[in-house]
Amino acid sequence: MGAKEERAGTDHYFLDPQQFDELIAALRKLGYSVIGPVVRDGAILYDEIESASQLPVGLRDRQGPGYYRLEERGDKAFFGFVVGPHSWKKFLYPPRVKLLTVSRKGEVTAHNGGERKMAFIGVRGCELAAISVLDKVLLGGPYVDPVYSTKRKHVFIVAVNCTEPGENCFCLSIGTGPEAGPGYDISLTEVVGDGIHYFVARAGSSEGENLLERIGARKATGQEISEASVRMEKSHTLFRKSLDTVGLKELLYRNLESPVYTEVAERCLACANCTLVCPTCFCTTVEEVTDLSGEVAERWRRWDSCFNADFSYIHGGSIRSSRLSRYRQWLTHKLGTWIDQFGVLGCVGCGRCITWCPVGIDITEEAAKIRRREVEVSTA
Amino acid sequence: MIAEPSLRPIGGLETFKMEWYRVVGKARETPDTFTIRMKARGNGEIAFEPGQFNMLYAYGVGEVPISISGAPFNGQLIEHTVRAVGPVTKALASARIGSNLGLRGPFGKGWPLKEAEGQDVVIVGGGIGLAPLRPAIQQIIRKRERYGKFYILYGARTPSDLLYKRDLQNWRGRLDTQLLVTVDKGDEKWRGYIGVVTTLFRHIKLEPNNTYAYVCGPEIMMKFTVQELKNQGLPDDRIFISMERNMKCGVGICGHCQFGPFFICKDGPVFSYSEVSNIFGRREV
Repeated sequence: MGAKEERAGTDHYFLDPQQFDELIAALRKLGYSVIGPVVRDGAILYDEIESASQLPVGLRDRQGPGYYRLEERGDKAFFGFVVGPHSWKKFLYPPRVKLLTVSRKGEVTAHNGGERKMAFIGVRGCELAAISVLDKVLLGGPYVDPVYSTKRKHVFIVAVNCTEPGENCFCLSIGTGPEAGPGYDISLTEVVGDGIHYFVARAGSSEGENLLERIGARKATGQEISEASVRMEKSHTLFRKSLDTVGLKELLYRNLESPVYTEVAERCLACANCTLVCPTCFCTTVEEVTDLSGEVAERWRRWDSCFNADFSYIHGGSIRSSRLSRYRQWLTHKLGTWIDQFGVLGCVGCGRCITWCPVGIDITEEAAKIRRREVEVSTA
Repeated sequence: MIAEPSLRPIGGLETFKMEWYRVVGKARETPDTFTIRMKARGNGEIAFEPGQFNMLYAYGVGEVPISISGAPFNGQLIEHTVRAVGPVTKALASARIGSNLGLRGPFGKGWPLKEAEGQDVVIVGGGIGLAPLRPAIQQIIRKRERYGKFYILYGARTPSDLLYKRDLQNWRGRLDTQLLVTVDKGDEKWRGYIGVVTTLFRHIKLEPNNTYAYVCGPEIMMKFTVQELKNQGLPDDRIFISMERNMKCGVGICGHCQFGPFFICKDGPVFSYSEVSNIFGRREV
């Protein structure tokens, strides 16, 4: 990963829409399943694609707390939206996966979900950061997750820099965007304007560089690079939300009994939507299943959520029986204890939990309220 | 050098794999609690630290975390004490002699027995909380000359809820160990102390800067025990408690056992009280 950082920032390449499509074709030819954004059921999801024409061309997503709608942009942009309810976690850490097969005779087989070469198209800065967070959680040891490890091995990442942050985005304040950080193979900045439409591309790995050469991408001109830079500079001015991360962990640790939790628990439905759309939430549970004859038993793992009542169940009852305690667990984990556990925030600023919360609870607002209330209490 | 994704190793295939252990003995401790003695299929010694736990698997039913409660004889046997309260623990408790159970482990951090050498040790158990303390007691007794004064305080609800009755008799018979046992509610045959385990502290006088305390039991019991230890002047970093939370994986991946910044499975289950004093005893953390 560190080595990839060094590679970034060398040459800029130019891709027109046709060459971008060739990039997808070349990845497929190399044996990758190419996965990218597509429109489904009124939202932009991630699924396998064969060509650039399947991308949500000319669409943008209008987002707000508990609000998501697609709209026409009036141009032909391939990536004129931000993030939807899916994240790449779905492919790297599948929602339901078989871990173990045990036969009555005693044969034990561990599973890793199967190897698959996957190319992710359109990975945003926040999402690249989320993958790096999951790397720490699931590969950092002392024990390594076999499924994530296997899926992660063959991933090729085509990142896209966000020239137009969404209404719920706050990656800038966390430092995970709007430019995609290290870890990509190729990064793209899309330039759409009066009669122009192209990408400025950079390689983040030799594999990425080889691919750009392979499709015959030429070096970008100074003018083309500066068009892309102008858009990225402007992007920095378009953010509407931010999270004040200064002393945040300590703030949350000092305020475990903040009245803000009582208020937010009145609204929170404990529906677990936020944890399912979150690109870093990694909690899972297991199910044991046997076939009808009882000769074979399997252990399946599926996503779980700290908002579920039985998540903390031990004999005698659940440790966190109130919604207040479950919201507090989630918020303090994302923004506090995660740092102690893995050295990074558990939040990458993608805003999904705000958009997909049925009652529009906003993590940035709740954190700000906790900060405000502490000041009020201490000056009262 | 550029780290190519293709060079990233695939790992973790052993993470969820288990070994089969044969059930070679079973002792009924209380009406719903059993100590299961198992032997590894090979002839290797079973290595673990007192205070660690294993994930035990009953075929087709599932896997649960269970503290190691003893290692008798030559290190080829291992014991777990299981209270039959859920589907998996019921299946484990009903495992027949000669049948096989799956085992993954050992996991977590145990009691700091090395650190306590040359010092006095007080062990405080509540109910089934004595189980993870038993291997520590066994080890201290085995290496008795390495430790100073040794106290065991044990409380259970009723005389029939007391675990390891034969051990209790042996420990009580030792001149180098002070065992005090109390029950919340006696019966017609009970001649010992009546009251919660913390009432036993009036019978002992600890040397606070020369004593390690290992505590396990229900959280409320540990909370008041810590208070008693502090009343006797023990510093927080000489008090150790063993925590319990829901666990699905045992290896820091499933997220269930979080306790503030800690994963009980890998950072615990044994914690120094100084590590957790700001969150321990807080409701619903």
